[in-house]
Amino acid sequence: MRGTRLGDRLLHLYTWLIIIWLSSPIAVMILFGFNDKRSKSNTTWQGFTLRWYAELFEISDLTTALRNSLVIAVVSTVVTVVIGTMLGLALGRHRFRGAGTTNFLVFAAISTPELVMGASLLSLFVSGNVPRDAITIIIAHVLFSLSFVVVTVRARVVGLDPALEEAARDLGATAWGTFRQVTLPSIMPGVLAGAMLSFALSIDDYVVTSFVNGSTVTFPLWIVGAVKTGIPPQVNVMGTLIFGIGVLIAIANAVAARRRA
Amino acid sequence: MRRLTPYLLALPSWLWLAIFLVVPMAAMASVSLQTGNAIDGYALTFSFSNYSDALARYSTQLGRSLWYGALATVAMLIIGYPVAYWIAFKAGTRKSVYLFLLLLPFFVSFVLRTISWNFLLSDNGILFGTLKDWGLLPGDFHVLATTFAVVGGLTYNFLPFMILPIYVSLERVDPRVVEAAQDLYATRAAAFRRVVLPLSLPGVFAGVLMTFVPATADPVNAAILGGTSNTMIGNIIQTEYLVNLDYPTASALSFTLMAVLLVGIFIYARALGTENVLEAAAR
Repeated sequence: MRGTRLGDRLLHLYTWLIIIWLSSPIAVMILFGFNDKRSKSNTTWQGFTLRWYAELFEISDLTTALRNSLVIAVVSTVVTVVIGTMLGLALGRHRFRGAGTTNFLVFAAISTPELVMGASLLSLFVSGNVPRDAITIIIAHVLFSLSFVVVTVRARVVGLDPALEEAARDLGATAWGTFRQVTLPSIMPGVLAGAMLSFALSIDDYVVTSFVNGSTVTFPLWIVGAVKTGIPPQVNVMGTLIFGIGVLIAIANAVAARRRA
Repeated sequence: MRRLTPYLLALPSWLWLAIFLVVPMAAMASVSLQTGNAIDGYALTFSFSNYSDALARYSTQLGRSLWYGALATVAMLIIGYPVAYWIAFKAGTRKSVYLFLLLLPFFVSFVLRTISWNFLLSDNGILFGTLKDWGLLPGDFHVLATTFAVVGGLTYNFLPFMILPIYVSLERVDPRVVEAAQDLYATRAAAFRRVVLPLSLPGVFAGVLMTFVPATADPVNAAILGGTSNTMIGNIIQTEYLVNLDYPTASALSFTLMAVLLVGIFIYARALGTENVLEAAAR
């Protein structure tokens, strides 16, 4: 069995190499947020500084873009979670006419390439003379996040024993009381997972947004626009902070899930 | 009232999907058959020649996108399968830690990750610049603006979407089934080929689906890592829509791209069952 162990060790090493490969751009991003660069371009290491953290909000367009991204992500996540949870409940708990078509549409929304989704939304807005702004961006973000919330909530609803809700009703709870005190707490992990996914998809989206933004600029759009002239270190710092906060939330969530279990 | 409940619950999403997914497709179909120009506006003339004109002009980029998408998907499969295998069977209690490490890049914006690669691979950057200074590489060596850079970027960006579904399907394989195969005198290779690999095929299918479509239609990697000879169909559609304001050509191209991809997807989904694909997509 010696050869087996060697093979396993090689695969273990290989897995670590892939993890390092996947993480290397993150390391570069974090490192160059501390680069004390003098010239316009931020491509060679010139010494350590915390200047860019102190001057984080000095570039007003970039700050506006980041704020737009955050507002759009929060609003679209709230809308997506509310309507997506409702549809997830309907599909997981009830039999109704049109359920098959709905499943198909949910699947179609996941599998439509982002580019086609953006292009078709722009066709609609152009045909209807709809001005493009933050509202059209939110409409698009809800559209591409919706299916993910529906799928995660539905999976949770399907795993929920209907006898629990029946018991609550038998004990005199109203329909709304049953939902709030029995159904919602049980499906909460699915709802939260869907919410985090929607937020992450929204704040990261470039392709769909590039079609429907009009003159509103989001964080990813600003970065792509700045590629030609050089990315300022503030972008690295913002990316680093978003990365840090995201990782902390994910770890906290995992720890909380383990406590619950 | 109780009988109405599912319809009321589904109504807002139905409206959203109808107005912003189905109607826009119809709008795009209509726009793709219009003629006119950006200044005077476009009118519907059922000009099917828009499709043949657009294809004649951009068949190179469409073909290149499918080729790059296919190359990247195969690369992801070869690179990703062993990782999924090791985590599913050998990582023991640390499985979730390894999965978390694989997902770390998703905490950084997609465009920022791609730009980091541009930065790492730049001709005189920290990697190649240093090697050139040491005389280990010729002065005109470059990776950016090549097929390798674009396909490499696509492979990098979508790899986790290949690893996760394969991991999910491998994780469900009962190790006793593999032991049984070995008890029946199968070699390790034969047990893998005849037992483990077939059981992981749904994951492979889902992984291919989840990576080929976004990789083929992606405009970001070609724009940031490629040169003028690496333009993909996504870049053309963006330019036609947003710069040239040639909506009919852009719509015709989008429709063609979607038709090519969706036909492929639905053949896959049929062979696999949509529920399985969605389940894999949800993880």
